[in-house]
Amino acid sequence: MEPLTSKKKVLIQKPLTFAERIYLPALGKGLAITISHFFKKEATIRYPEVQREMSINWRGMHSLKRDEDGKERCTACGLCALSCPAEAITMIAAERKPEEKDLYREEKYASVYEINMLRCIFCGLCEEACPKEAIYLDGPIVPSDYLRKDFIYGKDKLVEQPLVKK
Amino acid sequence: MDISFVIEKFILVVILFGLSLVIAMYSTYAERKVAAFLQDRLGPDRAGPAGMFQPLADGLKMFMKEEIIPTDSNKWLFMVGPGLAMLTACIGTAVIPWGSPINVGGRIIPLQVTDINVGVLYIFGVVSLSVYGVMIGGWASNNKYSLLSAIRAASQNISYEVAMGLSIIALLLVTNTLSLKEIVENQHGWHWNVLYQPLGFILFIVCAFAETNRAPFDLPECETELIGGYHTEYSSMKLGFYLFAEYINMFVSSAVMSTLYFGGYNYPGMDWVLIYTGPVIAPLIGTAVLFAKIFAFIFFFMWVRWTIPRFRYDQLMHLGWKILMPLAIANVIITGLVIAIVEKF
Ligand code: SF4
Ligand code: SF4
Repeated sequence: MEPLTSKKKVLIQKPLTFAERIYLPALGKGLAITISHFFKKEATIRYPEVQREMSINWRGMHSLKRDEDGKERCTACGLCALSCPAEAITMIAAERKPEEKDLYREEKYASVYEINMLRCIFCGLCEEACPKEAIYLDGPIVPSDYLRKDFIYGKDKLVEQPLVKK
Repeated sequence: MDISFVIEKFILVVILFGLSLVIAMYSTYAERKVAAFLQDRLGPDRAGPAGMFQPLADGLKMFMKEEIIPTDSNKWLFMVGPGLAMLTACIGTAVIPWGSPINVGGRIIPLQVTDINVGVLYIFGVVSLSVYGVMIGGWASNNKYSLLSAIRAASQNISYEVAMGLSIIALLLVTNTLSLKEIVENQHGWHWNVLYQPLGFILFIVCAFAETNRAPFDLPECETELIGGYHTEYSSMKLGFYLFAEYINMFVSSAVMSTLYFGGYNYPGMDWVLIYTGPVIAPLIGTAVLFAKIFAFIFFFMWVRWTIPRFRYDQLMHLGWKILMPLAIANVIITGLVIAIVEKF
């Protein structure tokens, strides 16, 4: 075949020199390289005790936010679930009762809000879709667990701690 | 034969047996640690301080695993295999002199289980036997991969035994004896055999790598081609025995190399130490020195394993028959010539 470019390099395999054939010098060189690594600082981070520093736009576990009065911001509009490419979010909406005025900001709220952490790919689209600025992926790494059901995080794990009134 | 002799030997045997097992156990730990350090990692460090209990955890895991014996296997041989591998690995320590004799109140206790006058041959025989465990296990598993691996192990061991034997012959020309005790005693005061037989030592150590199935000659258990090799079908403690036997073999061959080429328990300034510390402590220091040499060799085994890749099978055979054997023969001839010339003039 005609070469398509002029950048052509013919490789010729040279016969090995004597030093290469007796193998031992190369072996010594290899051993020197590995032993030099013996004294280098190891790259391991002992995870649960020491944590890697994350970048500022790192996306971790979700948290459902409260507003400045401590009311839950989410209005169960379902846009996050709709935008989620992994279909990880499910929710059940409920109507706010008059006595729950301090708990929820809008008249409609999510009585159940679940994210399946095994499905979630931490893309952050839910965060972008939310019109109420109610969900952010600003938490830590989602911890490991033994059972699948334990990876479905409900509101107990997702909603921010209530503000402490000063 | 008096009773104290029996007790003496019995204690020595028990100590050696326990020691081989403990060293093999901690070799698995050391292997993982060395591998980790050579690769800029940390290695196991969760079980106990710095992961010291990791071998215990591994052993416990092995014991708890389900024992599976394949239905189509030859059950009897399948069970004999790992036992044989373990047995042949352990009996090699019997002839190695672990230290100069201790003198306790006039009674001289040799730190060697038995000094047979053909100690080198005994070691050789035991090392050759060690391939039977692998072969029987591989054959009895009734698995193509295991069988292939067993055949590989057998042919590899036979090929490298030739070169190993020849390098030993050159050594015997220098030492004039087959008894390991005398070989060690002759090396007293910087007459280490490695200085007289450098080529022989290189040949011997290469062959030792091949005989113990360590990288870069670990073809019988190369994962890419043969899954687990001869222990593919093994599980639970039977598998543990095979893995363990490999480490004991490594320990024994390190001991043999230290004894044959690196002066055994001899170290510079030995006579001076003997005068100042007395006839009980000094031999024990010698033993400690021997163990330091052994550990250095074990470290070298691991260091090489994590440095060079495995040989191809044809390269292995090429190296064994076409390079090591002619070199070993040349070594024998040159040694003989030099000795003849030195004695003549
Ligand atoms: S981060 Fe992405 S995948 Fe996870 S819940 Fe939000 S939208 Fe779905
Ligand atoms: S989190 Fe935001 S997008 Fe999702 S249901 Fe609540 S308000 Fe709507």
